[in-house]
This record gives sequence, C-alpha cells and structure tokens, in this order.
Amino acid sequence: MVIGIVGYGAYVPKYRITIDEIAKVWGQDAQALRKGLLVEEKSVPAMDEDTITISVEAARNALLRAGIDPIKIGALYIGSESHPYAVKSSGTIVAQALGLSTNLMVADFEFACKAGTAAMQCCYGLVKAGEIEYGLAIGADTSQGRPGDALEYTAGAGGAAYIIGKDPLAELEGTFSYTTDTTDFWRRDGEKYPSHGARFSGHPGYFTHVLSASKGLMKKLSLKVEDFDYVVLHMPNGKFPTNACKLLGFPLEKLETSLVVKRMGNCYSGSSPVGLSAVLDVAKPGNRILMTSYGSGAGSDSFSFLVTDKILERQNKAPTTENYISKKENIDYGNYVKFRGKLKL
Amino acid sequence: MPYKSSVPLFWRLKDAKYSLVGTKCITCNQVFFPPADFCPQCRRKGKIEKFQFSGNGEVVSYTVIRVAPEGFEKYVPYVVAIIQLDEGTRISGQIIGDINKVEIEKRVKSVFRRITEDNDQGLIHYGIKFEIVD
Ligand SMILES: [Zn+2]
Repeated sequence: MVIGIVGYGAYVPKYRITIDEIAKVWGQDAQALRKGLLVEEKSVPAMDEDTITISVEAARNALLRAGIDPIKIGALYIGSESHPYAVKSSGTIVAQALGLSTNLMVADFEFACKAGTAAMQCCYGLVKAGEIEYGLAIGADTSQGRPGDALEYTAGAGGAAYIIGKDPLAELEGTFSYTTDTTDFWRRDGEKYPSHGARFSGHPGYFTHVLSASKGLMKKLSLKVEDFDYVVLHMPNGKFPTNACKLLGFPLEKLETSLVVKRMGNCYSGSSPVGLSAVLDVAKPGNRILMTSYGSGAGSDSFSFLVTDKILERQNKAPTTENYISKKENIDYGNYVKFRGKLKL
Repeated sequence: MPYKSSVPLFWRLKDAKYSLVGTKCITCNQVFFPPADFCPQCRRKGKIEKFQFSGNGEVVSYTVIRVAPEGFEKYVPYVVAIIQLDEGTRISGQIIGDINKVEIEKRVKSVFRRITEDNDQGLIHYGIKFEIVD
C-alpha cells in the first residue's frame, strides 16, 4: 500500500521587512547580519493574519492539488507555537472554513518548530493503520521576536499543508525521530516573546538533532546521500541548514531549492514544510527528497519522500511557493511595528 | 452590535462568514448571499439549496474608511466595497492591502482573515475579505 502526500499547499504573507531596515533602527551592522544569518528579508503577516488564516489558505491550496472531496478527510492536526487561542483549538475553525466533516479527529500540536512535521507523522500513522482515508497536517506560525533581539531579524510568518493518503504525488517511504531534553529556546505560558540560550542553540540543539534524525532515517531505510536529489532542513536562518547539509555530506545544490529562509525568514512550524513545498513545486517523478525538521526543546523528525508520476498533473493546480515568495511588498519598521501589534493603542 | 460577543449569532452564521456559502433557487437559478431560505420570485415553487460561491468577482463601488467603528480602529485607512460576485449576486466586504490599488471594475478574490476581536480576552472573529487580483 503506497501512502504519502496526496496534495500540498503553501501560504506566505505578502509583506516583507529587510534585515537592513531592522538593523537601522537598532544601530546594528546590517551587512554582518545578512552574511552571518544568510537572510535578506523576512515575511510579516498583515494585522488580520494569524496561524488560523495562514492554515486555511495553505490547506485550500492542498485541497486544490489533491482534488479530493474535503468530506473524506478524517483527521486535522495543526502544529504551531502561535495558536491564536491558548484554549480553543485552531483546528476547529480551520475545519469549519474548509468545509470538513464533523466526524473528524482534531488537535493542535506544539513542539517548538517541529509540530507541523509531528502532525504529518500522526496522519501517516492513521492512514497506514486504516483508521482514516485522508489526514490533513499543517505547520504554520506567525513568529514573534522581542524588538531588538537577535530573533527579530529572522522571525517570519507562513505555513504549508499536507494531505496524507493513498495514491500520492510523493510516497512517504519512512520517518525517523530523535528527541532529547535540551533547553535551547523556550517561552513560558502567557509570555509574548520567547527566550533563548543564544549561541547554545547551535551544537547540542540544532546540529545534534538534525544530524542524528537524518542519519537515523537513512540507516533505517538503507539509503545513502547519493540516493537523494533534494534536501530540506529546518531553517532558523540560512547558515544552520547550509552547515548541516555539508556535515551530512550533501552537495549544497541539493539544498538550494528548499532554502526559502533567505527571502522569507524562519516561519517556525512552517519552516521545513514550506521548504518541502518549494521542492515539490519543481520535483520530477523519481526524485527522492530528505526532509528533517527541528524543534527546540528538542527534537527532529526526518522523512524520505519518493516523487511519483502524479506530481505532474497536480503541481499546477494551485499557486506555487515561489508565487507567494515573489509576490511581495516591502514595508518600513514603522508599519512593521503597527502590523505586528507591538504598538498599544 | 452583531460582532460584540454575540456567541450564538456568530455560531449560526459561520458557514456563510467562513466560506461564502449562500443558497441558490434551483427553479430560477437565482443565488443568494447572505443565504435566503425563500425565493421571492418563485415563492412556493422555489427550491432552495446550499450554494458555494467561488469568491471571485469585481468591484462595483467602494469607500475608504478613515474613522472606523469600534473594533476596527487599527485597520484604518481601509476600503469597504460592494462586490459583484461572478455567480450573480452582490455583497459588501473589506478589501485588504493598499487602498490606492482599489478601483471600480477591478477583479477581486476572497481571502480568509481575522475580521475583528472583541478585546484581549474576547473572541476573535474570522471571515471573508477581498483582495485585488493584479
Ligand atoms: Zn426562484
């Protein structure tokens, strides 16, 4: 039984703010930041956009590509660290807006930036067990960084949705996770902005988990670096996935297509899912894709996807990731502060 | 005040507000939004069904709001327009983005957005707005 991605869709808000515009306000060296982070600009949601609205738009694109009756979806899981309500599931509103069945399993997932891929694993398991025909997994965020904090340069917004089921456009060949208790980044309940261990976030956090999960997956499936055509890694900035890609022994060309962070920043739970949608937009039958997410706290989920012939008839049924990334409008710091609600009226 | 914490009212209208579900009289093909359960033309011969609008349409008329009602203050200036939907009825709605891009006869498509919030502790209301298609 071949199970995998039946439909996918991304959504990225159209506003952007450049690293230079933020650095100007805080008197920091923009050129050094751009080089250090490998990020040029980040996406900014409009005042009326949040994880729920981004999820709806991304999922509508996924439904267009899947071409299935929404009623056949049996589970909806949304991974985010910016669910608009602390108590009241985002999934209930998204399900209603999409016209999904009321006979539906729903839960909101949280695991820093990897809750979206955890949602994909759950849908995969339920489809494989025969409990549901299709599952909808979404990773989306409207991430916030404290004004003046290093995170403010990269905390972006966006998301992607995946419908998991039979007759896929990309077969999910296997998944592997690696999880430890490593506190590199956290946010206490009720706090608006996250805290982080600054440089600590790199080695014991991101690299250990991304490398362990990716290698574990390849070992589990007996696949080698040469077997993959594309690599998608969580993108807190451009530098981390680039270095992880090298450490795994992949040539950087295999990462380039997914490296959306340069032009939209880090959209947390949506980061590797949006990277994957950018790859699927251009992938050809027979291509194999490695995707590994990372969530602080910490854990990584790794997946192998084998693209099927079905991709060709579904790629063009909805706007591409590139459509959203290139259709943009740059704003200044004043509007950014207004849009992000950092201004109290 | 329909938006101010009327939880039951909001709940009853959510199909229409979230995804432009209206109704259609299959006797005379007239479409209705907000949904009507009676066709004024066919009267008792009318047969009403649920109808999903595509969300595509055209600007018929618009106005720029610079002094907003309660709950919409942070969005000013913004555009409220009358939209002719392709399937054949007119509705009013907010057009997002640059107010200078809005013109009569411009094409629009629907988007899913936050409409308003009661306050920091209250409900967030979601629904359909429109975006100019370039
Ligand atoms: Zn009639």
